[in-house]
Amino acid sequence: MPDNSSSRQSGFDRRAFMAGAAGGALVPLTARAAAQDASAPAAQDPSLPVDVTLRVNGADKRLHIDARTTVLDALREHLGLTGSKKGCDHGQCGACTVLIGDRRVVSCLTLALAAEGQEITTIEGLATNDRLHPMQQAFVDNDAFQCGYCTPGQIMSAVACVKEGHANSEADIREYMSGNICRCAAYPNIVAAVKQAAPEIMKG
Amino acid sequence: MRSFQYQRATDPNMAVQALSAAATATNPLTQATAQPLAGGTTLIDLMKLDVMRPAAIVDINPLSRSWSAIELNSDGLRLGALAKMSDVAAHAEIQRSYPVIANSLKLAASAQLRNMATLGGNVMQRTRCSYFRDISYENCNKRNPGSGCAAMDGFNRMHAVLGTSDQCIASYPGDFAQALIALDATVEITGKSGIRSMPFAELHKAPGNSPEIETTLQPGELISAFAVRGRWPRSVYLKTRDRQSYEFALSSAAVALDVQDGTIRDARVALGGVATVPWRAREAEALLKGRKFDDELARRVADAAFAEARGRRHNSFKIALGKRVVTHALQQAVTMEI
Repeated sequence: MPDNSSSRQSGFDRRAFMAGAAGGALVPLTARAAAQDASAPAAQDPSLPVDVTLRVNGADKRLHIDARTTVLDALREHLGLTGSKKGCDHGQCGACTVLIGDRRVVSCLTLALAAEGQEITTIEGLATNDRLHPMQQAFVDNDAFQCGYCTPGQIMSAVACVKEGHANSEADIREYMSGNICRCAAYPNIVAAVKQAAPEIMKG
Repeated sequence: MRSFQYQRATDPNMAVQALSAAATATNPLTQATAQPLAGGTTLIDLMKLDVMRPAAIVDINPLSRSWSAIELNSDGLRLGALAKMSDVAAHAEIQRSYPVIANSLKLAASAQLRNMATLGGNVMQRTRCSYFRDISYENCNKRNPGSGCAAMDGFNRMHAVLGTSDQCIASYPGDFAQALIALDATVEITGKSGIRSMPFAELHKAPGNSPEIETTLQPGELISAFAVRGRWPRSVYLKTRDRQSYEFALSSAAVALDVQDGTIRDARVALGGVATVPWRAREAEALLKGRKFDDELARRVADAAFAEARGRRHNSFKIALGKRVVTHALQQAVTMEI
């Protein structure tokens, strides 16, 4: 589990806050100006945006966003990375799947603030220059989609599924890919794509 | 979603303080103005639905450094409350010594959600009752105490048949909790006055006349660990649902047996998907102890497990289904090679 307690990337001066907080270890995310006023470590005003730095596809992105912003909305609405899709927005469909560290998660239920300091990988970060990632190529080769809306989530999930060691049989692939719903029911081709890409990904 | 103040707790005391400050004894914890954030898979979902409306969120993920350990020793098993469901499900020694735990976790939710969700958050997961989750229904005793229950005569196919009251029939949705209650787990709770432990069976409260109170946790208390004594290699978690994967249980059973020379020395049976709380079927267990297993005994045990069950218009099928699940789980446990 990465340490996401650090506040250095938010520009928040922890020392100043601690001095005023009677030794407390609670770290409210505050607007920078308020945080530096050690005599009045005012709690964050929920109506004001907060500073967050997200590390997305290898680059730090500074954001000034509402505390309610999910990773999905941060990607789509604030960083212009619209590859991750909003399907249900309740963690039920998997269209928003991204990797945080090496784990696949649903970005619609992950607060951006809670993802600070962690490596986020989206579908846009998968290809190397002009070369598709083996899983992307496998989805093309196997026609593993119809409308394509669930595809970015399917691919991100599939990359993790392989690396977890859960792509050793069709039954395993179906079970461990069950968090990604495909309304077009391209499932047989998705399974075929994951099978095709798995050896290449495991080879590195 | 309503706006909230986001705070990170970097040590347990401060998390407890932040959560205590916002809580009052009269306000049920589920409606406390400050809520802990672990995996967020229930909390953020219910905040988007406006079912939960905390003014402050205390992110306890930084505590995972000390609260996510998975430890096996000669006494048994200790699981940190912030361990991820996926990590515990994939743990080879837990798969060997506690298959009921590993499988209850593996069969829950999806790979993505298991990567996010923690054990502590999972046992605190709130019901999937569609009337509870939809605030356009005013009559939900769990959300609005005293307002009535829309599920009682509504579409209640997914609802509970055990542990219900005339106030609430919402089913407890989790899987892992059935494994814990079957294995007589204890839960370690960190609060204002330090750490206390109690039987996991005492954590959840049946709805009775106050469905809004779901656990015996006090304001500011956090689950920090679970512990299980001994090892239970002969144990299974069987789950039936509307689709093969990624679905809540219609009926599930956690079964653990200690069989020596064909005689059942100890037996544990817990039921999921059919009850308002994690459900231990002690009457069923009593029938198994000291006996040799056969199909007739399995049938009597299953009948005993559901003797008190009470179905409503759409969920009576769960009684017949649940008995078959118990029977099948027992058969699996008896015949498994360990």
